[in-house]
Amino acid sequence: MTAAVGTLPVAQAPARRDIGLKRRYAAETRFRWYGRVAISIGVIFLAVMLISIVSKGYTSFMQTSVLLPITFDAKVIDPQDKRATDPSVLIKANYPNLARDALAARLGISPDDKPQMAALKGFISDGVRTQLRDMVVADPSIIGTTRDVWVLASANIDSAYKGQIDLGVAETNRKVSDKQVGFMNKLRDEGVMAGKFNTGLFVNGASSRPETSGMGVAIIGSFYMMLIVLLLALPIGVAASIYLEEFAKKTRLTDIIEVNINNLAAVPSIVFGLLGLAVFINFLGLPRSAALVGGLVLTLMTLPTIIIATRAALAAVPPSIRSAALGLGASKTQAVFQHVLPLATPGILTGTIIGLARALGETAPLLLIGMVAFVADYPTTPLDPATALPVQIYMWANEAERAFVERMSGAIIILLVFLMVMNITAIVLRRRFERRW
Amino acid sequence: MPMTYFIAIILVIGVVAYIIGRQRAAVHTGGAVKQHSRPHYHAWWAFLLATVPALLFLIVWSVGSSVYLERHIEAQLPPQTADSAVPNRSLELGLVRSLANGLRRLDAATLDKLPATFAELQPMLVAKGVALAPDTQDYMIPVAVETNRASDGLRLTGGVIGLILSLAGAGIAVRGIQPRTRARNNVERIVLWALLGSSTIAILTTVGIVLSMLFETFHFFASVPLTNFFFGTVWDPRFAAAGAGDSAGQFGLIPLLAGTLYIALVALLVAVPIGLMSAVYMAEYASRRVRSIVKPTLELLAGIPTIVYGIFALVTLGPFLRDLSAALTGGTPFIQAQSIFTAGLVMGIMLIPVVSSLSDDIITAVPRAMRDGSLGLGATRSETIKRVILPAALPGIVGAVLLTASRAIGETMIVVLAAGVAANLTLNPFEAMTTITVKIVNQLTGDLEFNSPQTLVAFALGITLFVVTLIMNIVALYIVRKYREQYE
Repeated sequence: MTAAVGTLPVAQAPARRDIGLKRRYAAETRFRWYGRVAISIGVIFLAVMLISIVSKGYTSFMQTSVLLPITFDAKVIDPQDKRATDPSVLIKANYPNLARDALAARLGISPDDKPQMAALKGFISDGVRTQLRDMVVADPSIIGTTRDVWVLASANIDSAYKGQIDLGVAETNRKVSDKQVGFMNKLRDEGVMAGKFNTGLFVNGASSRPETSGMGVAIIGSFYMMLIVLLLALPIGVAASIYLEEFAKKTRLTDIIEVNINNLAAVPSIVFGLLGLAVFINFLGLPRSAALVGGLVLTLMTLPTIIIATRAALAAVPPSIRSAALGLGASKTQAVFQHVLPLATPGILTGTIIGLARALGETAPLLLIGMVAFVADYPTTPLDPATALPVQIYMWANEAERAFVERMSGAIIILLVFLMVMNITAIVLRRRFERRW
Repeated sequence: MPMTYFIAIILVIGVVAYIIGRQRAAVHTGGAVKQHSRPHYHAWWAFLLATVPALLFLIVWSVGSSVYLERHIEAQLPPQTADSAVPNRSLELGLVRSLANGLRRLDAATLDKLPATFAELQPMLVAKGVALAPDTQDYMIPVAVETNRASDGLRLTGGVIGLILSLAGAGIAVRGIQPRTRARNNVERIVLWALLGSSTIAILTTVGIVLSMLFETFHFFASVPLTNFFFGTVWDPRFAAAGAGDSAGQFGLIPLLAGTLYIALVALLVAVPIGLMSAVYMAEYASRRVRSIVKPTLELLAGIPTIVYGIFALVTLGPFLRDLSAALTGGTPFIQAQSIFTAGLVMGIMLIPVVSSLSDDIITAVPRAMRDGSLGLGATRSETIKRVILPAALPGIVGAVLLTASRAIGETMIVVLAAGVAANLTLNPFEAMTTITVKIVNQLTGDLEFNSPQTLVAFALGITLFVVTLIMNIVALYIVRKYREQYE
């Protein structure tokens, strides 16, 4: 049988309906790119901000100093030779002249060379006055001897030494004269001018001269405040959370408290500053600028954070723990305090550290309670005037001189390092001790 | 004797009561009658009974006596007349009080023959390191002496009563120790009260915020009419001091409110798209490895203090944008160094992690089934996100945006440093405008006098800010909560 094998029509691939797949896949790709771009914007901004701060600030950890053989000349310190009877002579003496003379001698400038001597003015920091005075007052027997002393260069010389002043600009338009640059280069080549680690940045108080100002007072003030926040907010916050999470029945009051805490967590921080000003300073009469008031304000601000974290940590402890304790005859209080609370501790600590970190970086409420203050002396108690790290940064930001910007960026680096250490501690705590049930 | 001594003695009594209580209770251990509470509960009960009532009494007493003292001083002062040397009663009271505090530094011999005029007294006080306001008046000296005498007497009386209470409490507790005494229940009841007390601090804070600000705001509205504050378009508080009568109308809220909202709007325009897209990408596309790196990095943005953002805007970004705009036009810059745009941009970046973490929660809360249904019908992932997940999550996202907006409105340091201080009304985003928070800071830093409208206006601004953000937060929290319930 022969079957006529007809020419069957060649099976054609069915014409694909155009459902716009290409367009839809393109849209898909585009959408992904939107996401990537959004994330990159955030990350790039973060990187730019950190780089700009670090590049402006890292130089502040070095301060230019000059090694001078200073002759504690009795004729300069005590021209009338009265120091045996009148010790205040040693305090009032003209110490900057000693440094200037030593510098002139070092550079080989004759005291009669008026123009050269004039150029020396403003080369050495005026902070040399207190530095040398403290040396003499501590040990008056050094009068008449010569000592090698590292003294700070002035802020302008410091900037020039670090290459932050464009020396190509016409001499009249910059703060460092050509003569001073010459002195600077000479001293550097002789190895007696060098950048030394800037301990002053960490220990000095407020000063109107950039080179002698530091954030010692701010660090102490911030430390006091953190201590107060820790001592008050942690126990109160934990107690409040235990009550709300473990004891409170669902009543109107507890409902109000809950809503309240959630709202307080979102109240602008500056409002807490107004509260502190009106209640702690105006009504209770606590001193302005005191770390105590700052600590109280920050405590109120941190409480909601700690409460929310603690409640989450308590809620994560499984009910079987409570049931077991109660079943063995413990009272409700015993079950909570001896069994639930210890298990929730890592979570509570993590929340507390994060709350503290936020309090450490908070500025606005502290401005209102007068922490913006020129405080040169260390506060010995939390009632003394003090500043705080971020407030110190704010105050330096308002200074006109360039050298303060450098200090400010250095202070930001230090603040960020503190915050990083705290946050890393929190993460480590969480990783180490967190239990998954 | 200062109050701290009394407090210290009361605490010592408490510790002694603790030790005695513990010993008394320990005697009963292993006795014929089974003990109800373990010894340390008896000890704690003794401690608490010895200290808590006494300390509570001391607190009430010192508050009461300071109120009484105020009345007492006021009764001795000459009545206020138009030509009084000190025009203001509260100022007068403050002067007397600081004088009284100053007198405490003097020794007894000097106090016996106190000079009658302040001019003679002042150098003696200065020698002790007490600096007083020069407008202290002569007639205040006897009043201050009398104040000190009265307050010493009150303090001594209160302290002694406190000590008696403490001893009595310790005695009652220690004597009451019997095997069947329910010491544990007593202690636990007090613990429970302490817990309840701690949790009411949150309410007290809110009440404190509202009351304190309302109080100062009423003072403010006593000198400035309500309508001039809420509807005034001119903000110029400085002239109000000079012209007392015609000063109203200078405290206009409108320019500040406009600036606040404008900057918040710019910030939201930056933060919401970027934050939302990052959250979507992180939740739907990113691999586990990418997410574990990128997520903490973005959260770093939230951990950086706002002052750092402000300084970045002030020192780096502001001048950069100004120079950039100058380069674009080849001459005059059209972006000012401090501008709405700069402040809003930086604030927006700061808010990215806020938006993204809130919307992350919301997106992951959308039920799996909705997503799977859409993908199963052949939708691409982005279509699923755009047509199913985002609409389903919309109420939650609106709540998140509201919360973010309230953060933007209340943000202070960025705008203080980057937005400018001039109260303009402008639509150009490249010009400077100022905000409510900036003005609060401006009015309250520097030398303060608590009775001038210049200072008090900060509280009126503060309560406006508080109310606006509170409403936004409540609405947002309500929406978010409702939304969560919907899918649970």
